Amino acid sequence: MSAALLGWAVLVTQFLLVAAMGCAAFRLLRGPRAQDRVLALDTLYVIAAMLLLVFGIRTGSPHYFEAALLITLVGFVATAALSKFLMRGEVIE
Amino acid sequence: MRRFLPHPLLALFLLSAWLLLMESISPGAVVLGGVLAVGGSWTLASLASPRARLRRLTVLPGLLGDVLVEVMRSNYAVARIIVHPADGGVRRSGFIYIPLDMRAPYGLAALACILTATPGTVWVDYDSAEGTMLLHVLDLVDEAEWVHIVKERWERRLMEIFE
Amino acid sequence: MTHAAELPAWAALSVAVLLLLGAGLALVGAVGLLRLGSFYERVHAPTLATTLGIGCVLVASMLFFSLVQSRFILHEVLIAVLVVITTPVTLMLLTRAALYRDRIEGKAPVPPPPRSHR
Repeated sequence: MSAALLGWAVLVTQFLLVAAMGCAAFRLLRGPRAQDRVLALDTLYVIAAMLLLVFGIRTGSPHYFEAALLITLVGFVATAALSKFLMRGEVIE
Repeated sequence: MRRFLPHPLLALFLLSAWLLLMESISPGAVVLGGVLAVGGSWTLASLASPRARLRRLTVLPGLLGDVLVEVMRSNYAVARIIVHPADGGVRRSGFIYIPLDMRAPYGLAALACILTATPGTVWVDYDSAEGTMLLHVLDLVDEAEWVHIVKERWERRLMEIFE
Repeated sequence: MTHAAELPAWAALSVAVLLLLGAGLALVGAVGLLRLGSFYERVHAPTLATTLGIGCVLVASMLFFSLVQSRFILHEVLIAVLVVITTPVTLMLLTRAALYRDRIEGKAPVPPPPRSHR
């Protein structure tokens, strides 16, 4: 009973998160400006980390936690670097 | 003590992060984590960052509780704005300048983290010469009320802790 | 989900509710990225995912693994601390970069730079 409930909840959660990634990916492709794309990329990283944690619950394996930790770290460094790049003002469209 | 361990809070944080990551408190993990923690605090000391002075730590639990409540409340508020954009007439978002009395660098950093982590407000800029900060607010109903909220709810208590 | 069969019903229910709440908040935040009008309004949307959204999922994961492995699993706290520290930094950097670019172009209605920086 509880396994079935949790299985359905995890499935729905995964669909919701994939839909959220779709919205962020649309904003990433659409722009219109570079800062919008960087913001969408940052959102994608966070949602990807959430999706990995949900995968961990689904499979019962604790190894997805490390992947989620790494993706938050990499996402932070990437967004900070991209923002700094925009700050230099060399990529004015 | 100060020469051996320049930043004790940071060292404690690094050690507990290491133990959480290892998921054990075996002697090996504690020794390795302790070496990493001391090394980390020496590294920070060699960067010559200003030292944090914490006082009145009794204010801290209430402050953290209020941050949690405020995060939940504004999560709901921002979610409502996104789901019903035209709800309640015209919504205006914009920048406001808020004059701050706090000068302690870590206090300002904590204020920036609290304001930015709360959905609906983003700390944009701080002018150290005039002591004003620039804030972007999603639902800017009344500028004076926002100044009041920032100064009374957060700045006063952060000043008690950091100054 | 065979490993979840031994979970008590209250735990399964709370893990399910927390997961759905977190994913729902992340979805609302991502929809906000699409619906809100200007960049400075859109900056506020992902904070839904980075505060309560990922927070709910982390608490669900902690609860689930603690009960399944019948010991305290607390390392999700690390992700929470990391996200709490890094999200304000990235959003601040990004907003300032956007402000800088808008000031240079002089198109969007943005506040002028402070006097001491001119």
